[in-house]
Amino acid sequence: MNPLIPFFVVIPLAGAFLIMITGRFLKEFDKYLTSLILLFLAIISFYSLFTTGENLSVYKVGGWEPINNVPIGIYMVMDGFNTIVVCIINSIGFLSALYSISYIKRYTAGNYFYALFCLLIGGMNGVVLSGDLFNIFVFLEISVISSYALVAFGVEKSELEASFKYQVLGGLASFLILFGIGFIYWKTKTLNIADIKEAFSNGYDKKYYLFVQILILSGFGLKAAIIPFHAWLPDAHSSAPSSISAMLSGVFIKAVGIYVIIRLFFNMFVVSEGMAILITTLGTLSMVIGVFLAIGQWDIKRLLAYHSISQMGYVVLSVGIGMILISRGLNSEVAALAIAGGIFHLINHAAFKGLLFLNAGAIEYTIGTRNLKEMGGLARSMPVTSATSFIASMSISGVPPFNGFFSKLIIIIAAIMAKFYLLAALAVIVSIITLASFLKFQRYAFYDKSIAGNNQQIKEVPFPMAFSMIVLSIICVLLSLLVIPGVRDVILTPAVNILTDQLRYTTIIIGQ
Amino acid sequence: MIAYIMCFILFLVGLYGVITRRNLIKIAVSMSIMEISTFLFFALIGYIDGGVAPIVDPADPVKVYVDPLPQALVLTAIVIGLATTAMMMAIIIRLYRKYGTFDIREIKNLRG
Repeated sequence: MNPLIPFFVVIPLAGAFLIMITGRFLKEFDKYLTSLILLFLAIISFYSLFTTGENLSVYKVGGWEPINNVPIGIYMVMDGFNTIVVCIINSIGFLSALYSISYIKRYTAGNYFYALFCLLIGGMNGVVLSGDLFNIFVFLEISVISSYALVAFGVEKSELEASFKYQVLGGLASFLILFGIGFIYWKTKTLNIADIKEAFSNGYDKKYYLFVQILILSGFGLKAAIIPFHAWLPDAHSSAPSSISAMLSGVFIKAVGIYVIIRLFFNMFVVSEGMAILITTLGTLSMVIGVFLAIGQWDIKRLLAYHSISQMGYVVLSVGIGMILISRGLNSEVAALAIAGGIFHLINHAAFKGLLFLNAGAIEYTIGTRNLKEMGGLARSMPVTSATSFIASMSISGVPPFNGFFSKLIIIIAAIMAKFYLLAALAVIVSIITLASFLKFQRYAFYDKSIAGNNQQIKEVPFPMAFSMIVLSIICVLLSLLVIPGVRDVILTPAVNILTDQLRYTTIIIGQ
Repeated sequence: MIAYIMCFILFLVGLYGVITRRNLIKIAVSMSIMEISTFLFFALIGYIDGGVAPIVDPADPVKVYVDPLPQALVLTAIVIGLATTAMMMAIIIRLYRKYGTFDIREIKNLRG
């Protein structure tokens, strides 16, 4: 039993209101408060990661105990899989908040920024920890509304337009999710994920079930920007302030999109082969089309945003392969390997994509443009940004010994062992195109000689920004340690076990 | 059954509005129509024919009550819907100040 579960939601929400009240009177208070809150949350999330292991702890909001083994309260659950996501949210959130201390001086109304930032974190923590379907929706809306406001934070033409597009598509996604929840409640008369699983495993109408699955998949797929639903992502992620882009691209699409899809399709629905093939197809499409859309971009942040779609494709693809194998009931070891590869890549993507967006923000902060053609020769004047972005670029392209290499290697090995040779080949090709795209970024931004290179005015970014980037680049290198069996057993294996074992999640929660 | 079909038609009306309208305010109104259809659906699934309001009366134990949970969900969802609508209206006002128009065809800075 982990007593820390409610703190992940309560502390950031309380922090948001405290900042709104006191931010007017106490200058400089809000920025340090946000960083401190997130540092504390990051520490307790790592504590939970190392203590949870194979256990599963449940917190019942309001203390409503189950009656005759029927859960009636709202459950918050902490298991091996969502502690990993909570760690990602709070640690990347801490580094982004620290980075914002200097970066956000370009904008006015800093206290609103930090209040919205805290709401975003609180909402995402709530989505990830919730064990109740409607509660997921409520926290999803908290984080999504604050992300609408944060995307439009610059209140210039392109920011507002991006935010409007994002709101229309995000609103559509919310209605689809709400309809899905309604349909599930109609048949099962419960909203608890574990209880729904039990109701569905007692037999169900195939067509109805498929309809609900499609609704849920398209709703959360819109939030996760899997390829047919990706239209809002490049606009929204490139228009937001850079520390928020790092949060949105590095954490947000995973926490409210990919995480919920994985959780619901493994632990709520019964894994079916048709749905597994659909998810794998969507993942493959995102992986391939995303990288081809990215390669022609000259705006750094748009380029990075399209790469997010492509890298999320890897995660969805490998989890989908795991689902196919589980639904066919064969090769559970390969299925576990594929899912482990997906989760590993999800962790790695948070580190390197967060870092790349912070680098893009540092470049924009210094020279005031995002266009690759107007840059050049920054390696000499900005050594920290240059070095860290080199590490991040090599990580995302899958060059050893950085973390991206190992997760892509696991995904490709799992695909070959599962006899999906075409998917393995596509994963390799996409990785090579990613490398080409990031070599272009490196060359045009940092090495090519141009007017910017001769300008003596360009200086390295202030300390908080540089510190965040250095820490993230160290994390990028250290995460490759997850591939060592001793470390993997502590962190990745519990997460994979809770997903592959079809009944464990339900039996533990209902049994408590 | 007819009520569910009407509710679905209302959703499609909203979707049609979002896709075809060119005016930002009309898009926001269409979003609200879609939202309302979802709320209506929730209210319908809790309804039981012949049921009364779920206030338990110990004197009459055989009464049929309607399901109160969807009603609670709808109230929560309405509050959330208010926040999203307010947010969207705020962005629309800002867009109008920047571009001087509500026409979506003239608001197209972002391409590619």
